[in-house]
Amino acid sequence: MVRSFYGITLPNGLMLGTSQYPSPAVLSRSFRESGAGVATVSLRRESAQAAGQSFWKLVRELDVMILPNTAGCHTAREAVTTAKMAREVFDTSWIKLEVIGNADNLQPDIFQLVEAARILSAEDFQVFPYTTDDLIVGERLLDAGCKVLMPYGAPIGSGRGLINEYALRAMRAEFPDIPLVIDAGIGLPSHATRAMELGYDAVLVNSSVARSDDPPAMACAMMKAIEAGKLGAQAGPIAARDMAEPSTPVIGKAFLS
Amino acid sequence: MQISINGKLQKVLATNLAELLIEYEYSGRVATAVNETFVPVDKRPSTILSNGDRVEVLAPMQGG
Repeated sequence: MVRSFYGITLPNGLMLGTSQYPSPAVLSRSFRESGAGVATVSLRRESAQAAGQSFWKLVRELDVMILPNTAGCHTAREAVTTAKMAREVFDTSWIKLEVIGNADNLQPDIFQLVEAARILSAEDFQVFPYTTDDLIVGERLLDAGCKVLMPYGAPIGSGRGLINEYALRAMRAEFPDIPLVIDAGIGLPSHATRAMELGYDAVLVNSSVARSDDPPAMACAMMKAIEAGKLGAQAGPIAARDMAEPSTPVIGKAFLS
Repeated sequence: MQISINGKLQKVLATNLAELLIEYEYSGRVATAVNETFVPVDKRPSTILSNGDRVEVLAPMQGG
């Protein structure tokens, strides 16, 4: 089943962040060699050297969908203002809505998040909310106008994988028609595979690729892992069981003892 | 007058936001806010600045 993101069918399930790479060249290679279809970006104060303009040129050359974020915002008001500024600068209505509630684990402030999502959706933004794995929050975000949900797998940058797989599975079952993205916490390609096996539509990674020893190789590994998980899910995996079941036929076994 | 530009207090001759961007040589893809309120491109010339205003000039940057 292919679920579109506000009418856009992505080429694959890899969304890649643009932060923390050792150099712009390594960033570009990571995108080019992996084939990631979405790049997340941010807005920050322009420097005297106009660093933002050279980064904008680099991002344009990636030729992928741009998903600006509201990273670092702690209130709905701040996030809404940032989103409006991002829409003008990046020329897109897509916004990865982050409203951070806790400075240590960077978990979203779900109350401010829903409020910001409601305001932005009413102003024709296409909101990608960074949220928890809570079903009711998911429902409220959909009520607010979101048509995509992005629950975290684990705290941002922690690399701990899917720490509450039960909740993520429940979310997939609860929202069968909504595109779901694991945003944050992915550390290994196997984590990405697992997300796709659960039926998720995409995985958003940044730190696990950019801070690895070889970002282009890790980006490719993530892509292969995503494809493997997606294909495995489509192929209809067997149900797990507690006891063994012989795969070699029992009938016809020779009597040799 | 004095205006805070990206958190730094600066002496400014410009009277509106569009002029301020020229005076401080901001160009290309930037978004602006005055006193925590977004000001779109087409509203910059009509946004009159007052002493003590806080201007933010933001640009594309790496993000996750």
